[in-house]
Amino acid sequence: MIKITTIFAAALIGLGLAAPVTAQEAGHTEAAKQHWSFAGIFGTYDQNQLQRGFQVFREVCASCHSARLLAFRNLAEEGGPAFSEGQVKELAAQYEVSDVTVAGGKRKALPADHWPSPFATELDARDANGGAFPPDMSVLAKARSIEDGFPGWVFNYFTTYAEGGPDYIHALLNAYSEEVPAGVTNSDGTPFTLPEGKYFNAVFPSNSIGMPPPLSDGQIEYAAAADGTTVPLTVEQYSKDVSAFLMWVAEPHLDNTKSAGFKVLAFLLLFAALMYLVKQRLWRKVH
Amino acid sequence: MSAHESKYTPANPVLRWVEDRLPILGFAKSTLVDYPTPKNLNYWWTFGAILAFMLGVQIVTGIVLAMHYTPEASLAFDSVEAIKRDVVGGRIIQAVHSTGASMFFFAVYIHIFRGLYFGSYKAPREILWILGVIIFLLMMATAFFGYVLPWGQMSFWAAAVITNIFAAIPIIGDPILQLLRGGFAVDNPTLNRFFSLHYLLPFIIAAVVFLHIWALHVPGNNNPIGVEVKSERDTVPFHPYYTMKDFFAVVVFCIPFAWFAFFAPDILGHPDNYIQANPLVTPPHIVPEWYFLPFYAILRAIDFNFILDSKLLGVIAFGGSILILFFLPWLDTAKVRSGTFRPAFKWFYWLFAVNFLLLMWYGAQTPDMKVVGPFTVADVSKLSVAYYFLYFIVILPLLSRFEKPRPLPNSISEPVLGKPAQATT
Repeated sequence: MIKITTIFAAALIGLGLAAPVTAQEAGHTEAAKQHWSFAGIFGTYDQNQLQRGFQVFREVCASCHSARLLAFRNLAEEGGPAFSEGQVKELAAQYEVSDVTVAGGKRKALPADHWPSPFATELDARDANGGAFPPDMSVLAKARSIEDGFPGWVFNYFTTYAEGGPDYIHALLNAYSEEVPAGVTNSDGTPFTLPEGKYFNAVFPSNSIGMPPPLSDGQIEYAAAADGTTVPLTVEQYSKDVSAFLMWVAEPHLDNTKSAGFKVLAFLLLFAALMYLVKQRLWRKVH
Repeated sequence: MSAHESKYTPANPVLRWVEDRLPILGFAKSTLVDYPTPKNLNYWWTFGAILAFMLGVQIVTGIVLAMHYTPEASLAFDSVEAIKRDVVGGRIIQAVHSTGASMFFFAVYIHIFRGLYFGSYKAPREILWILGVIIFLLMMATAFFGYVLPWGQMSFWAAAVITNIFAAIPIIGDPILQLLRGGFAVDNPTLNRFFSLHYLLPFIIAAVVFLHIWALHVPGNNNPIGVEVKSERDTVPFHPYYTMKDFFAVVVFCIPFAWFAFFAPDILGHPDNYIQANPLVTPPHIVPEWYFLPFYAILRAIDFNFILDSKLLGVIAFGGSILILFFLPWLDTAKVRSGTFRPAFKWFYWLFAVNFLLLMWYGAQTPDMKVVGPFTVADVSKLSVAYYFLYFIVILPLLSRFEKPRPLPNSISEPVLGKPAQATT
């Protein structure tokens, strides 16, 4: 009689033989996985990191990228950057939003308002950015990922790997180079030439990106955290912080969902054990 | 519901008054409590209850989601995000519903493959099996319509690709395509009708499930040794024996379900579906959800013309791969039901199962990817498609002529009481 395990082993070997034979274009690098505080089932957001990431977003990204699903009030929510309500009110008041019900059609933003977009329409955004459209950042961290071949994705089910988005964004922000490296080819093998007005990025698909390198060392002045710790003012640090922040923007209730998940799992495990005993006791006499 | 009518008389006079006019309590008692069930069912048989539970979960979470969802092309994407962000518990309800679809299909595949192994489709259970295939078809339609609703890039392009399949049908193809889409392209009318159908079909599934259970209760359950119940000694009442065993199985099933729903709600989905639908940008690699991959691989494998155009042939193979299940009760000519007692069948069966997993994997790859030596996914998937159909139209009809089954136990009680005959896989 064939054991099911044998079948699965055969299937796995079969899949393994067929495993990734991906054509790698020269000069293109895959995003590397990073350590994130919110990774894994026990992971939670690092509040200081989210506050720093918000600063990067606000001072750099937000000048071209929108985040239409992010409301000011979200910034005060638990499990996020958790600014105080006063801080958020003050922050919102620095922005103007459109409101047809007030004279002049503009008013100061309130915490309930959403983050104002830098451009009114996609056309305006393209006009201002050399034809490229800076994507909305609301769920960007979940709309990007890095691909895991077999058997990596099998393990992902057990490690609950969901950080492909921040991994990709972090890698992209660190993959610029001023000169096109020697020997770079397109996917069809022809020599790569950088189009006018584009920038070379080793992680971006096609390697030519419309976004100029947005970050440089020392560009953003971080305030020290409440406990006095400081972090290096480097592109590496900025990109990690902003990637973490974007993950929070995309998945604001992550901490909450996980803590609910623990309670549910604990209940289910206990309940399953009890139901097993019930079933065993009941069936003991049947044979 | 069947031969085992109960003569149930409630003790309570009010209930007795009701029972005299509408014998619903007696009906419930005879079908859910007294129903004599073979005592040797293994855990593969608990997936029926698991599926009933999943249908309930999907309907309840779906109704709550529909209260907050906006089926309008420019608002749908943001309304799903609003559910996750602003509805109390919305992230969890949405995650349970979307991962629930995957768990539902996982359970239905186990249920189908259990039936295939133990010959549950054979007489007198042909109609039970056919109703099951109908439920599977309805589930596929429902899942497809549901996947379109968040209106992300994969939603949109899945709708475009799948509706386009119908265009391959001669003469009536184009009218069907336009009827499905509500126009020449996938747009707001498509979203509206898909939402309407996505809400309707689960209730039709529930109705067919009722018929499925009715058809189950006439001949009674098949069982791992495939020998019919001979006496009362072979059975136990459904309650409490199977209600409690099924309950235990449902709770265990909920553990991986909760794992996905709470800790990795998007791991079974595609990142591109977090980009709002855009008719002007085609994603580089359109893939259906994992549970459609084997059938998608069959559709794609037919890339050659043979009398008919390859596109129409692909659609015929795709449709045929499911429709052939309707004829299975008459294609398998073996008198012995359970695969346990069929030494040759077992090999073909497990090869069929592995082949199905391979098709699933092929469906997720690009057709020009090299698999073995110079052979690409497009090449090797043809072999898998060939085996898929050979299993049904050649192997099962002919196998019984050559195969010598192992001796069957006299009854369910015999192998359980005595020593031999492993009754389970």
